[in-house]
Amino acid sequence: MQVINHAKLEFQSLPANVAFARVTVAAFAAQLDFTLNDLEEIKVAVSEAVANAIVHGYENRTDCTVFISMSIGNLALELKIWDHGVGIPDLKKAMQLTYSTDPERMGLGFVFMQSFMDSLHVDSTPGKGTTVTMVKTAPSNVTV
Amino acid sequence: MSLDVEINQDTLLVRLRGELDLGVTDYLRNSLEDMLNQSKTKHLVINLRNVTFIDSSGLGVILGRYNRVSAQGGQVSLVGAQPQVRRVLALSGLLTIMKEYSSEEAALSRVG
Repeated sequence: MQVINHAKLEFQSLPANVAFARVTVAAFAAQLDFTLNDLEEIKVAVSEAVANAIVHGYENRTDCTVFISMSIGNLALELKIWDHGVGIPDLKKAMQLTYSTDPERMGLGFVFMQSFMDSLHVDSTPGKGTTVTMVKTAPSNVTV
Repeated sequence: MSLDVEINQDTLLVRLRGELDLGVTDYLRNSLEDMLNQSKTKHLVINLRNVTFIDSSGLGVILGRYNRVSAQGGQVSLVGAQPQVRRVLALSGLLTIMKEYSSEEAALSRVG
């Protein structure tokens, strides 16, 4: 993807920052011709990835840092969301429907990311962290 | 995020407002548990009309209360979800286990 605009975000691993992250990414993504529905879907995907980083990656520690890199290409938005947390020991299992280590979390995070974005790639190294890469294609060319 | 409640016979009616994500799950879970404990109601109706965002963290709180209420023989009903919220509810499968109504009156008249 040829990048024509790029931004980076890093913030403390506080639950209150989940909303900050999704609203910021949606504001950046709005430079492409996404529909309001597309932007809502991007917000859900970002929320899931950031919540996973805080809850699973950093095991709810609030003194860590979550990173987001966002790029706009000619027809697409690419997001990388990563943490330097504990990593996912069994990635295949973690991406299964309704797999969750917490009874009140539904294991739907990856399902929503997959459903609402056009591609999803997860890299995780136990003890080093997890990087989620997601792409969403815009309906037409850049408007700004 | 904010909420208000009403007790209607054996049903707890909860109106939620704002965004339901990880930032509010502890507050929401504790509030709903306190209200269910205090009211001792059997059924739960959740009005989502003024909820503007929900993700799996928010859904998890609703599912947790569903597990509690249904284990005691009660029903959980949802009212008035906006299209973007409803889409997430549908994809999660929650709409297959909970009844959905267009108004509080319809939900309250059919539970119990």
